[in-house]
Amino acid sequence: MKADLITSLYVFMLAAFIGFEVIRRISPLLHTPLMSLTNALDAIAVVGAIILAGEGKSRLAILLGSIAIVAATSNIVGGFLITDRMLKMFKSSRPQKP
Amino acid sequence: MTSILASDTTIELIYLAATALFILALKLMGSPKTARHGVWAGEAGMVLAVAGTLLHHGIDYKWVAISLVLGTIIGIPLGLVQMTAVPQRTALSHAFGALCVTLVGTAEFYLRAPAVPPLMMAVLSLEVILGSLTFTGSLMAAGKLQEVLPQRPITYKGQNFVNLAVLASAIAVAAYLVVHPDRTGLFPVLIGVPLLFGVLMIVPIGGADMPTVISLLNSYAGLSAAAMGFVLDSKLLIVAGALDGASGFILSVNMSKAMNRSFSNVLFGAFGQEHAAGAAGAEQTRPVRSATPEEAAAILSAANKVVIVPGYGMAVAQAQHKVRELYDTLSKRGVDVKFAIHPVAGRMPGHMNVLLAEADIPYDKLLDMEEINPEFPQTDVALVIGANDVTNPAARSDPSSPIYGMPILDVDKARTCMVIKRSMSPGFAGIDNPLYYLDKTLMLFGDAKQFVGAIVRELTGAHG
Repeated sequence: MKADLITSLYVFMLAAFIGFEVIRRISPLLHTPLMSLTNALDAIAVVGAIILAGEGKSRLAILLGSIAIVAATSNIVGGFLITDRMLKMFKSSRPQKP
Repeated sequence: MTSILASDTTIELIYLAATALFILALKLMGSPKTARHGVWAGEAGMVLAVAGTLLHHGIDYKWVAISLVLGTIIGIPLGLVQMTAVPQRTALSHAFGALCVTLVGTAEFYLRAPAVPPLMMAVLSLEVILGSLTFTGSLMAAGKLQEVLPQRPITYKGQNFVNLAVLASAIAVAAYLVVHPDRTGLFPVLIGVPLLFGVLMIVPIGGADMPTVISLLNSYAGLSAAAMGFVLDSKLLIVAGALDGASGFILSVNMSKAMNRSFSNVLFGAFGQEHAAGAAGAEQTRPVRSATPEEAAAILSAANKVVIVPGYGMAVAQAQHKVRELYDTLSKRGVDVKFAIHPVAGRMPGHMNVLLAEADIPYDKLLDMEEINPEFPQTDVALVIGANDVTNPAARSDPSSPIYGMPILDVDKARTCMVIKRSMSPGFAGIDNPLYYLDKTLMLFGDAKQFVGAIVRELTGAHG
Protein backbone atom coordinates (compact mmCIF):
# COMPACT_ATOMS: atom_id res chain seq x y z
CA MET A 1 0.00 0.00 0.00
CA LYS A 2 2.68 2.45 1.02
CA ALA A 3 4.87 1.89 -2.05
CA ASP A 4 1.79 2.01 -4.28
CA LEU A 5 0.74 5.25 -2.71
CA ILE A 6 4.09 6.88 -3.34
CA THR A 7 4.02 5.77 -6.98
CA SER A 8 0.49 7.10 -7.25
CA LEU A 9 1.58 10.42 -5.79
CA TYR A 10 4.29 10.67 -8.43
CA VAL A 11 1.72 9.94 -11.13
CA PHE A 12 -0.60 12.55 -9.70
CA MET A 13 2.11 15.18 -9.50
CA LEU A 14 3.31 14.57 -13.06
CA ALA A 15 -0.24 14.56 -14.42
CA ALA A 16 -1.01 17.80 -12.61
CA PHE A 17 2.06 19.45 -14.17
CA ILE A 18 1.11 18.19 -17.62
CA GLY A 19 -2.42 19.43 -17.02
CA PHE A 20 -1.25 22.91 -16.05
CA GLU A 21 1.13 23.21 -18.99
CA VAL A 22 -1.31 21.88 -21.59
CA ILE A 23 -4.39 23.70 -20.33
CA ARG A 24 -2.61 27.03 -19.80
CA ARG A 25 -2.12 27.19 -23.57
CA ILE A 26 -5.80 26.71 -24.39
CA SER A 27 -7.32 30.00 -25.50
CA PRO A 28 -10.27 31.41 -23.52
CA LEU A 29 -12.17 31.00 -26.78
CA LEU A 30 -12.51 27.29 -26.05
CA HIS A 31 -12.88 27.28 -22.27
CA THR A 32 -16.50 26.10 -22.30
CA PRO A 33 -15.85 23.09 -24.57
CA LEU A 34 -12.71 22.44 -22.53
CA MET A 35 -14.74 22.13 -19.36
CA SER A 36 -17.26 19.84 -21.07
CA LEU A 37 -14.45 17.66 -22.37
CA THR A 38 -12.55 17.37 -19.08
CA ASN A 39 -15.88 16.53 -17.51
CA ALA A 40 -16.43 13.66 -19.91
CA LEU A 41 -12.86 12.43 -19.38
CA ASP A 42 -13.30 12.66 -15.62
CA ALA A 43 -16.21 10.24 -15.95
CA ILE A 44 -13.55 7.56 -16.48
CA ALA A 45 -14.47 6.91 -12.84
CA VAL A 46 -16.94 4.59 -14.52
CA VAL A 47 -14.21 1.91 -14.60
CA GLY A 48 -14.23 1.78 -10.81
CA ALA A 49 -18.00 1.60 -10.77
CA ILE A 50 -18.05 -1.20 -13.36
CA ILE A 51 -15.68 -3.33 -11.29
CA LEU A 52 -17.73 -2.65 -8.17
CA ALA A 53 -21.05 -3.58 -9.76
CA GLY A 54 -19.55 -6.38 -11.85
CA GLU A 55 -17.64 -8.19 -9.12
CA GLY A 56 -20.73 -8.02 -6.92
CA LYS A 57 -18.97 -8.56 -3.59
CA SER A 58 -22.05 -7.32 -1.73
CA ARG A 59 -25.59 -6.18 -2.49
CA LEU A 60 -24.65 -2.67 -1.47
CA ALA A 61 -21.70 -2.69 -3.87
CA ILE A 62 -23.93 -3.79 -6.76
CA LEU A 63 -26.55 -1.15 -5.95
CA LEU A 64 -24.18 1.78 -5.44
CA GLY A 65 -21.94 0.65 -8.30
CA SER A 66 -24.87 0.49 -10.71
CA ILE A 67 -26.11 3.97 -9.81
CA ALA A 68 -22.54 5.22 -10.17
CA ILE A 69 -22.31 3.66 -13.65
CA VAL A 70 -25.52 5.42 -14.68
CA ALA A 71 -24.25 8.79 -13.43
CA ALA A 72 -20.82 8.43 -15.04
CA THR A 73 -22.11 7.06 -18.33
CA SER A 74 -24.51 9.97 -18.72
CA ASN A 75 -21.53 12.29 -18.26
CA ILE A 76 -19.51 10.41 -20.85
CA VAL A 77 -22.24 10.36 -23.48
CA GLY A 78 -23.59 13.84 -22.78
CA GLY A 79 -20.15 15.38 -22.33
CA PHE A 80 -18.64 14.16 -25.58
CA LEU A 81 -21.86 14.92 -27.47
CA ILE A 82 -22.13 18.53 -26.36
CA THR A 83 -18.41 19.20 -26.72
CA ASP A 84 -18.51 18.06 -30.32
CA ARG A 85 -21.69 20.07 -30.99
CA MET A 86 -20.02 23.20 -29.65
CA LEU A 87 -16.78 22.71 -31.54
CA LYS A 88 -18.64 22.13 -34.80
CA MET A 89 -19.98 25.68 -34.53
CA PHE A 90 -16.57 27.33 -34.34
CA LYS A 91 -15.78 28.50 -37.87
CA SER A 92 -13.03 30.74 -39.16
CA SER A 93 -13.68 33.72 -41.44
CA ARG A 94 -10.57 32.86 -43.42
CA PRO A 95 -10.90 30.19 -46.11
CA GLN A 96 -9.51 26.81 -45.09
CA LYS A 97 -5.92 26.25 -46.09
CA PRO A 98 -5.57 23.57 -48.77
CA MET B 1 -12.46 -15.57 -21.80
CA THR B 2 -8.89 -16.37 -22.87
CA SER B 3 -6.28 -15.71 -20.29
CA ILE B 4 -4.08 -13.57 -22.55
CA LEU B 5 -6.89 -11.19 -23.36
CA ALA B 6 -7.99 -10.81 -19.80
CA SER B 7 -4.58 -10.77 -18.18
CA ASP B 8 -3.95 -7.89 -15.84
CA THR B 9 -0.97 -6.73 -17.87
CA THR B 10 -3.07 -6.47 -21.02
CA ILE B 11 -5.68 -4.45 -19.19
CA GLU B 12 -3.02 -2.19 -17.66
CA LEU B 13 -1.55 -1.58 -21.12
CA ILE B 14 -5.00 -0.69 -22.44
CA TYR B 15 -5.36 1.80 -19.58
CA LEU B 16 -1.96 3.22 -20.42
CA ALA B 17 -3.04 3.82 -24.02
CA ALA B 18 -6.26 5.43 -22.79
CA THR B 19 -4.26 7.74 -20.50
CA ALA B 20 -2.09 8.84 -23.42
CA LEU B 21 -5.20 9.49 -25.53
CA PHE B 22 -6.70 11.64 -22.75
CA ILE B 23 -3.61 13.84 -22.57
CA LEU B 24 -3.55 14.05 -26.35
CA ALA B 25 -7.23 15.05 -26.32
CA LEU B 26 -6.48 18.06 -24.13
CA LYS B 27 -3.46 18.98 -26.23
CA LEU B 28 -5.57 18.97 -29.39
CA MET B 29 -8.06 21.28 -27.64
CA GLY B 30 -5.37 23.95 -27.90
CA SER B 31 -6.55 25.19 -31.26
CA PRO B 32 -10.05 25.49 -32.74
CA LYS B 33 -8.70 23.80 -35.88
CA THR B 34 -7.79 20.56 -34.11
CA ALA B 35 -10.20 20.67 -31.19
CA ARG B 36 -12.67 18.21 -32.69
CA HIS B 37 -9.86 15.69 -33.12
CA GLY B 38 -9.36 16.13 -29.40
CA VAL B 39 -12.91 14.97 -28.78
CA TRP B 40 -12.29 11.93 -30.97
CA ALA B 41 -9.07 11.10 -29.11
CA GLY B 42 -10.96 11.37 -25.83
CA GLU B 43 -13.74 9.14 -27.11
CA ALA B 44 -11.24 6.55 -28.34
CA GLY B 45 -9.53 6.56 -24.95
CA MET B 46 -12.84 6.17 -23.16
CA VAL B 47 -13.97 3.25 -25.35
CA LEU B 48 -10.61 1.52 -24.83
CA ALA B 49 -10.75 2.00 -21.06
CA VAL B 50 -14.32 0.77 -20.70
CA ALA B 51 -13.69 -2.20 -23.00
CA GLY B 52 -10.53 -3.03 -21.05
CA THR B 53 -12.43 -2.93 -17.79
CA LEU B 54 -15.09 -5.28 -19.10
CA LEU B 55 -12.31 -7.80 -19.82
CA HIS B 56 -11.60 -8.15 -16.09
CA HIS B 57 -12.07 -11.58 -14.62
CA GLY B 58 -15.31 -12.39 -12.94
CA ILE B 59 -17.36 -9.42 -14.11
CA ASP B 60 -21.06 -10.14 -14.05
CA TYR B 61 -22.46 -8.13 -16.94
CA LYS B 62 -26.12 -8.00 -16.00
CA TRP B 63 -26.25 -4.85 -13.84
CA VAL B 64 -23.33 -3.32 -15.64
CA ALA B 65 -25.07 -3.56 -19.01
CA ILE B 66 -28.39 -2.26 -17.72
CA SER B 67 -26.65 0.68 -16.05
CA LEU B 68 -24.58 1.51 -19.12
CA VAL B 69 -27.72 1.59 -21.27
CA LEU B 70 -29.62 3.66 -18.72
CA GLY B 71 -26.75 6.14 -18.45
CA THR B 72 -26.63 6.49 -22.21
CA ILE B 73 -30.37 7.18 -22.33
CA ILE B 74 -29.98 9.93 -19.74
CA GLY B 75 -26.79 11.27 -21.31
CA ILE B 76 -28.11 11.88 -24.81
CA PRO B 77 -30.66 14.59 -23.93
CA LEU B 78 -28.03 16.18 -21.66
CA GLY B 79 -25.78 16.42 -24.70
CA LEU B 80 -28.47 18.10 -26.77
CA VAL B 81 -29.39 21.07 -24.56
CA GLN B 82 -29.53 24.65 -25.87
CA MET B 83 -26.25 26.54 -25.83
CA THR B 84 -27.66 29.06 -23.35
CA ALA B 85 -28.27 26.13 -20.97
CA VAL B 86 -24.71 24.80 -21.15
CA PRO B 87 -23.68 26.30 -17.76
CA GLN B 88 -26.42 24.49 -15.84
CA ARG B 89 -25.77 21.31 -17.82
CA THR B 90 -22.12 21.56 -16.88
CA ALA B 91 -22.98 22.08 -13.22
CA LEU B 92 -25.30 19.08 -13.37
CA SER B 93 -22.58 16.92 -14.87
CA HIS B 94 -20.20 17.95 -12.09
CA ALA B 95 -22.89 16.72 -9.72
CA PHE B 96 -23.17 13.39 -11.54
CA GLY B 97 -19.42 12.92 -11.58
CA ALA B 98 -19.25 13.67 -7.87
CA LEU B 99 -22.17 11.32 -7.20
CA CYS B 100 -20.35 8.49 -8.95
CA VAL B 101 -17.19 9.09 -6.93
CA THR B 102 -19.07 9.33 -3.62
CA LEU B 103 -21.05 6.13 -4.22
CA VAL B 104 -17.97 4.16 -5.21
CA GLY B 105 -16.13 5.50 -2.16
CA THR B 106 -19.01 4.51 0.11
CA ALA B 107 -19.15 0.97 -1.29
CA GLU B 108 -15.38 0.63 -1.00
CA PHE B 109 -15.52 1.64 2.64
CA TYR B 110 -18.14 -0.94 3.57
CA LEU B 111 -16.30 -3.64 1.60
CA ARG B 112 -13.07 -2.94 3.49
CA ALA B 113 -14.44 -2.05 6.94
CA PRO B 114 -13.75 -2.60 9.76
CA ALA B 115 -10.06 -3.13 8.92
CA VAL B 116 -9.24 -0.07 6.84
CA PRO B 117 -5.56 0.97 7.02
CA PRO B 118 -5.18 4.58 8.22
CA LEU B 119 -3.63 5.87 5.00
CA MET B 120 -6.40 4.29 2.94
CA MET B 121 -9.03 5.70 5.27
CA ALA B 122 -7.57 9.19 4.91
CA VAL B 123 -7.67 9.08 1.11
CA LEU B 124 -11.12 7.51 1.17
CA SER B 125 -12.34 10.31 3.45
CA LEU B 126 -10.91 12.92 1.11
CA GLU B 127 -12.70 11.23 -1.77
CA VAL B 128 -16.13 11.16 -0.16
CA ILE B 129 -15.84 14.62 1.44
CA LEU B 130 -14.89 16.26 -1.87
CA GLY B 131 -17.40 14.12 -3.74
CA SER B 132 -20.39 14.86 -1.54
CA LEU B 133 -19.79 18.59 -1.18
CA THR B 134 -19.33 18.84 -4.94
CA PHE B 135 -22.54 16.87 -5.45
CA THR B 136 -24.85 19.18 -3.51
CA GLY B 137 -22.85 22.30 -4.40
CA SER B 138 -23.19 21.55 -8.09
CA LEU B 139 -26.89 20.77 -7.78
CA MET B 140 -27.36 24.13 -6.05
CA ALA B 141 -25.37 25.89 -8.76
CA ALA B 142 -27.38 24.17 -11.48
CA GLY B 143 -30.60 25.16 -9.71
CA LYS B 144 -29.54 28.78 -9.49
CA LEU B 145 -28.47 28.85 -13.13
CA GLN B 146 -31.71 27.21 -14.24
CA GLU B 147 -33.50 29.75 -12.03
CA VAL B 148 -35.46 27.14 -10.12
CA LEU B 149 -33.65 28.47 -7.05
CA PRO B 150 -33.39 32.18 -6.21
CA GLN B 151 -30.30 33.66 -7.88
CA ARG B 152 -29.99 36.36 -5.27
CA PRO B 153 -27.15 35.69 -2.83
CA ILE B 154 -28.48 34.83 0.61
CA THR B 155 -26.17 36.05 3.34
CA TYR B 156 -26.37 36.32 7.09
CA LYS B 157 -24.08 37.34 9.88
CA GLY B 158 -21.45 34.79 10.79
CA GLN B 159 -22.00 32.83 7.60
CA ASN B 160 -18.32 32.18 6.97
CA PHE B 161 -17.90 30.99 10.52
CA VAL B 162 -20.83 28.57 10.24
CA ASN B 163 -19.56 27.23 6.90
CA LEU B 164 -16.03 26.73 8.14
CA ALA B 165 -17.32 25.06 11.31
CA VAL B 166 -19.35 22.61 9.24
CA LEU B 167 -16.37 21.80 7.04
CA ALA B 168 -14.10 21.46 10.07
CA SER B 169 -16.50 19.01 11.72
CA ALA B 170 -16.42 16.84 8.57
CA ILE B 171 -12.64 16.81 8.73
CA ALA B 172 -12.78 15.97 12.44
CA VAL B 173 -15.05 12.98 11.73
CA ALA B 174 -12.63 11.88 9.01
CA ALA B 175 -9.70 12.12 11.41
CA TYR B 176 -11.57 10.06 14.01
CA LEU B 177 -12.36 7.38 11.42
CA VAL B 178 -8.71 7.23 10.37
CA VAL B 179 -7.86 6.23 13.95
CA HIS B 180 -10.98 4.12 14.55
CA PRO B 181 -12.09 2.73 11.17
CA ASP B 182 -14.24 0.15 12.97
CA ARG B 183 -16.74 2.85 13.95
CA THR B 184 -18.64 2.32 10.71
CA GLY B 185 -21.68 4.06 12.16
CA LEU B 186 -19.87 7.36 11.71
CA PHE B 187 -19.44 6.93 7.97
CA PRO B 188 -22.89 8.33 7.06
CA VAL B 189 -21.89 11.46 9.00
CA LEU B 190 -18.77 11.71 6.88
CA ILE B 191 -21.04 11.96 3.86
CA GLY B 192 -23.92 13.91 5.36
CA VAL B 193 -21.91 16.82 6.74
CA PRO B 194 -20.15 17.65 3.42
CA LEU B 195 -23.52 17.32 1.67
CA LEU B 196 -24.76 20.07 3.97
CA PHE B 197 -21.59 22.09 3.41
CA GLY B 198 -22.12 21.94 -0.38
CA VAL B 199 -25.51 23.60 0.04
CA LEU B 200 -24.23 26.22 2.49
CA MET B 201 -21.28 27.00 0.23
CA ILE B 202 -23.48 28.02 -2.71
CA VAL B 203 -26.22 29.84 -0.74
CA PRO B 204 -24.28 33.15 -0.55
CA ILE B 205 -23.35 33.13 -4.22
CA GLY B 206 -25.07 35.32 -6.78
CA GLY B 207 -25.48 34.89 -10.52
CA ALA B 208 -22.50 37.07 -11.42
CA ASP B 209 -20.12 34.78 -9.52
CA MET B 210 -21.27 31.63 -11.28
CA PRO B 211 -18.31 31.39 -13.69
CA THR B 212 -15.94 31.18 -10.72
CA VAL B 213 -18.10 28.72 -8.83
CA ILE B 214 -18.55 26.35 -11.77
CA SER B 215 -14.79 26.32 -12.34
CA LEU B 216 -14.15 25.66 -8.68
CA LEU B 217 -16.64 22.79 -8.57
CA ASN B 218 -14.99 21.47 -11.72
CA SER B 219 -11.71 21.39 -9.88
CA TYR B 220 -13.22 19.66 -6.82
CA ALA B 221 -14.87 17.05 -9.03
CA GLY B 222 -11.51 16.32 -10.63
CA LEU B 223 -9.70 16.08 -7.31
CA SER B 224 -12.32 13.74 -5.87
CA ALA B 225 -11.91 11.46 -8.91
CA ALA B 226 -8.14 11.54 -8.43
CA ALA B 227 -8.63 10.55 -4.77
CA MET B 228 -10.78 7.66 -5.98
CA GLY B 229 -7.86 6.69 -8.22
CA PHE B 230 -5.64 6.50 -5.13
CA VAL B 231 -8.16 4.28 -3.34
CA LEU B 232 -8.56 1.91 -6.29
CA ASP B 233 -4.88 2.19 -7.25
CA SER B 234 -5.92 3.20 -10.77
CA LYS B 235 -3.29 5.37 -12.46
CA LEU B 236 -5.72 6.12 -15.29
CA LEU B 237 -8.20 7.63 -12.87
CA ILE B 238 -5.48 9.56 -11.06
CA VAL B 239 -4.32 11.11 -14.34
CA ALA B 240 -7.84 11.95 -15.54
CA GLY B 241 -8.71 13.44 -12.16
CA ALA B 242 -5.49 15.45 -12.01
CA LEU B 243 -6.09 16.83 -15.51
CA ASP B 244 -9.66 17.80 -14.63
CA GLY B 245 -8.58 19.27 -11.32
CA ALA B 246 -5.81 21.29 -12.98
CA SER B 247 -8.19 22.54 -15.65
CA GLY B 248 -10.78 23.63 -13.10
CA PHE B 249 -8.07 25.25 -11.00
CA ILE B 250 -6.69 27.29 -13.91
CA LEU B 251 -10.16 28.42 -14.90
CA SER B 252 -11.00 29.36 -11.29
CA VAL B 253 -7.87 31.49 -11.05
CA ASN B 254 -8.69 33.14 -14.39
CA MET B 255 -12.22 33.87 -13.32
CA SER B 256 -11.28 35.17 -9.90
CA LYS B 257 -8.78 37.54 -11.51
CA ALA B 258 -11.42 38.72 -13.97
CA MET B 259 -13.87 39.27 -11.11
CA ASN B 260 -11.25 41.08 -9.05
CA ARG B 261 -11.35 38.62 -6.19
CA SER B 262 -8.42 37.25 -4.27
CA PHE B 263 -7.74 33.61 -4.77
CA SER B 264 -8.15 32.66 -1.12
CA ASN B 265 -11.52 34.32 -1.34
CA VAL B 266 -12.41 31.90 -4.10
CA LEU B 267 -10.83 28.86 -2.51
CA PHE B 268 -13.02 29.08 0.56
CA GLY B 269 -16.12 29.95 -1.38
CA ALA B 270 -16.62 33.10 0.65
CA PHE B 271 -17.39 35.41 -2.21
CA GLY B 272 -20.39 37.39 -3.36
CA GLN B 273 -20.86 39.44 -0.25
CA GLU B 274 -18.90 42.64 -0.26
CA HIS B 275 -20.68 44.31 -3.17
CA ALA B 276 -24.15 45.70 -2.69
CA ALA B 277 -23.44 48.54 -0.25
CA GLY B 278 -21.21 50.38 -2.78
CA ALA B 279 -22.87 53.10 -4.77
CA ALA B 280 -26.52 52.51 -4.05
CA GLY B 281 -27.44 56.14 -3.65
CA ALA B 282 -25.61 57.34 -6.77
CA GLU B 283 -27.02 60.29 -8.63
CA GLN B 284 -29.22 59.24 -11.54
CA THR B 285 -29.95 62.76 -12.72
CA ARG B 286 -26.76 63.52 -14.62
CA PRO B 287 -27.44 64.21 -18.28
CA VAL B 288 -26.77 61.52 -20.89
CA ARG B 289 -26.87 61.70 -24.66
CA SER B 290 -29.18 59.26 -26.35
CA ALA B 291 -29.62 58.37 -30.01
CA THR B 292 -32.15 56.70 -32.31
CA PRO B 293 -31.47 53.63 -34.47
CA GLU B 294 -31.17 55.94 -37.51
CA GLU B 295 -28.45 58.01 -35.87
CA ALA B 296 -26.66 54.91 -34.63
CA ALA B 297 -26.76 53.38 -38.12
CA ALA B 298 -25.35 56.57 -39.64
CA ILE B 299 -22.43 56.60 -37.21
CA LEU B 300 -21.74 52.89 -37.71
CA SER B 301 -21.77 53.16 -41.50
CA ALA B 302 -19.26 56.01 -41.37
CA ALA B 303 -16.88 53.97 -39.20
CA ASN B 304 -13.82 52.04 -40.34
CA LYS B 305 -13.40 49.93 -37.25
CA VAL B 306 -16.15 48.77 -34.92
CA VAL B 307 -15.75 46.67 -31.78
CA ILE B 308 -18.86 45.02 -30.40
CA VAL B 309 -18.84 44.27 -26.67
CA PRO B 310 -21.44 41.62 -25.86
CA GLY B 311 -22.50 40.78 -22.32
CA TYR B 312 -24.79 38.22 -20.84
CA GLY B 313 -27.71 40.62 -21.35
CA MET B 314 -27.29 40.07 -25.08
CA ALA B 315 -27.83 36.35 -24.65
CA VAL B 316 -30.78 36.89 -22.32
CA ALA B 317 -32.41 39.09 -24.98
CA GLN B 318 -31.60 36.37 -27.58
CA ALA B 319 -30.04 39.11 -29.67
CA GLN B 320 -26.98 37.18 -30.93
CA HIS B 321 -28.54 36.37 -34.31
CA LYS B 322 -29.45 40.02 -34.91
CA VAL B 323 -25.91 40.92 -33.90
CA ARG B 324 -24.65 38.49 -36.54
CA GLU B 325 -26.79 40.31 -39.15
CA LEU B 326 -25.24 43.57 -38.03
CA TYR B 327 -21.79 42.00 -38.32
CA ASP B 328 -22.59 40.75 -41.85
CA THR B 329 -24.00 44.08 -43.01
CA LEU B 330 -21.10 46.11 -41.67
CA SER B 331 -18.48 43.65 -42.95
CA LYS B 332 -20.02 43.81 -46.41
CA ARG B 333 -19.54 47.57 -46.35
CA GLY B 334 -15.87 47.10 -45.61
CA VAL B 335 -16.10 47.96 -41.92
CA ASP B 336 -13.66 46.02 -39.74
CA VAL B 337 -15.84 44.44 -37.05
CA LYS B 338 -14.47 42.59 -34.06
CA PHE B 339 -15.92 41.29 -30.81
CA ALA B 340 -14.41 41.98 -27.40
CA ILE B 341 -15.04 39.16 -24.95
CA HIS B 342 -14.51 39.76 -21.25
CA PRO B 343 -13.61 36.57 -19.35
CA VAL B 344 -16.78 36.74 -17.29
CA ALA B 345 -19.15 37.64 -20.13
CA GLY B 346 -21.58 34.78 -19.72
CA ARG B 347 -22.37 32.29 -17.00
CA MET B 348 -19.28 30.10 -17.33
CA PRO B 349 -15.77 30.53 -18.75
CA GLY B 350 -15.92 30.91 -22.54
CA HIS B 351 -19.72 30.82 -22.65
CA MET B 352 -20.03 34.00 -24.72
CA ASN B 353 -17.73 32.58 -27.40
CA VAL B 354 -19.98 29.55 -27.75
CA LEU B 355 -23.10 31.70 -28.03
CA LEU B 356 -21.51 33.85 -30.74
CA ALA B 357 -20.11 30.84 -32.58
CA GLU B 358 -23.61 29.40 -32.56
CA ALA B 359 -24.79 32.57 -34.31
CA ASP B 360 -22.15 31.84 -37.01
CA ILE B 361 -19.76 34.61 -36.06
CA PRO B 362 -16.26 33.47 -37.07
CA TYR B 363 -14.08 32.66 -34.07
CA ASP B 364 -11.12 34.68 -35.33
CA LYS B 365 -13.27 37.81 -34.80
CA LEU B 366 -13.76 36.97 -31.12
CA LEU B 367 -10.92 38.54 -29.17
CA ASP B 368 -10.28 38.22 -25.47
CA MET B 369 -9.61 41.17 -23.23
CA GLU B 370 -5.83 41.25 -23.51
CA GLU B 371 -5.93 41.06 -27.30
CA ILE B 372 -8.56 43.72 -27.86
CA ASN B 373 -7.74 46.37 -25.26
CA PRO B 374 -4.76 47.84 -27.19
CA GLU B 375 -7.06 48.23 -30.21
CA PHE B 376 -9.69 50.47 -28.60
CA PRO B 377 -7.79 53.76 -29.17
CA GLN B 378 -7.90 53.08 -32.94
CA THR B 379 -11.55 52.06 -32.82
CA ASP B 380 -14.21 54.38 -34.25
CA VAL B 381 -17.19 52.86 -32.50
CA ALA B 382 -17.41 50.57 -29.50
CA LEU B 383 -20.91 49.10 -29.37
CA VAL B 384 -21.80 47.70 -25.93
CA ILE B 385 -24.70 45.25 -25.92
CA GLY B 386 -25.95 43.95 -22.60
CA ALA B 387 -22.66 44.44 -20.76
CA ASN B 388 -22.21 46.87 -17.90
CA ASP B 389 -19.69 46.37 -15.10
CA VAL B 390 -17.01 44.99 -17.43
CA THR B 391 -16.97 48.35 -19.26
CA ASN B 392 -16.97 50.53 -16.14
CA PRO B 393 -13.98 52.91 -16.23
CA ALA B 394 -14.36 53.46 -12.48
CA ALA B 395 -12.59 50.10 -12.13
CA ARG B 396 -9.43 51.82 -13.43
CA SER B 397 -9.75 55.27 -11.90
CA ASP B 398 -11.90 55.34 -8.78
CA PRO B 399 -10.38 53.61 -5.73
CA SER B 400 -13.66 54.05 -3.84
CA SER B 401 -15.58 51.98 -6.38
CA PRO B 402 -16.45 48.45 -5.27
CA ILE B 403 -15.09 47.12 -8.55
CA TYR B 404 -11.85 49.12 -8.40
CA GLY B 405 -9.00 47.02 -9.78
CA MET B 406 -11.19 44.68 -11.81
CA PRO B 407 -9.79 44.31 -15.33
CA ILE B 408 -12.19 45.91 -17.81
CA LEU B 409 -12.60 46.42 -21.53
CA ASP B 410 -11.37 49.93 -22.34
CA VAL B 411 -14.39 50.94 -24.42
CA ASP B 412 -14.09 54.53 -23.20
CA LYS B 413 -10.90 54.83 -25.26
CA ALA B 414 -12.78 54.37 -28.53
CA ARG B 415 -13.74 57.54 -30.45
CA THR B 416 -17.44 56.93 -29.96
CA CYS B 417 -19.08 54.60 -27.54
CA MET B 418 -22.63 53.35 -27.98
CA VAL B 419 -24.43 51.44 -25.25
CA ILE B 420 -27.64 49.53 -25.83
CA LYS B 421 -29.51 49.38 -22.54
CA ARG B 422 -33.11 49.19 -21.43
CA SER B 423 -32.89 52.07 -18.99
CA MET B 424 -30.44 53.91 -16.80
CA SER B 425 -30.87 51.47 -13.92
CA PRO B 426 -27.51 50.23 -12.65
CA GLY B 427 -26.37 46.72 -13.49
CA PHE B 428 -26.13 43.45 -11.68
CA ALA B 429 -23.80 44.64 -8.96
CA GLY B 430 -25.74 47.86 -8.47
CA ILE B 431 -22.80 50.05 -9.39
CA ASP B 432 -23.22 53.25 -11.39
CA ASN B 433 -21.22 53.38 -14.63
CA PRO B 434 -19.52 56.75 -15.39
CA LEU B 435 -19.10 55.59 -18.99
CA TYR B 436 -22.71 56.53 -19.66
CA TYR B 437 -22.15 60.20 -18.84
CA LEU B 438 -19.14 60.76 -21.10
CA ASP B 439 -19.48 63.18 -24.00
CA LYS B 440 -18.42 60.48 -26.44
CA THR B 441 -21.07 58.05 -25.23
CA LEU B 442 -24.44 57.63 -26.89
CA MET B 443 -27.11 55.69 -25.03
CA LEU B 444 -29.35 53.58 -27.20
CA PHE B 445 -32.38 52.86 -25.06
CA GLY B 446 -34.38 49.75 -25.85
CA ASP B 447 -34.44 45.99 -26.09
CA ALA B 448 -31.15 44.68 -27.50
CA LYS B 449 -32.73 42.43 -30.11
CA GLN B 450 -35.16 45.07 -31.40
CA PHE B 451 -32.61 47.86 -31.36
CA VAL B 452 -29.96 45.92 -33.26
CA GLY B 453 -32.67 44.79 -35.69
CA ALA B 454 -33.66 48.42 -36.26
CA ILE B 455 -30.04 49.41 -36.94
CA VAL B 456 -29.68 46.55 -39.43
CA ARG B 457 -32.89 47.60 -41.24
CA GLU B 458 -31.63 51.15 -41.38
CA LEU B 459 -28.27 50.07 -42.82
CA THR B 460 -29.67 47.68 -45.42
CA GLY B 461 -32.52 50.07 -46.33
CA ALA B 462 -30.12 52.92 -46.95
CA HIS B 463 -27.98 50.61 -49.01
CA GLY B 464 -30.70 49.80 -51.50
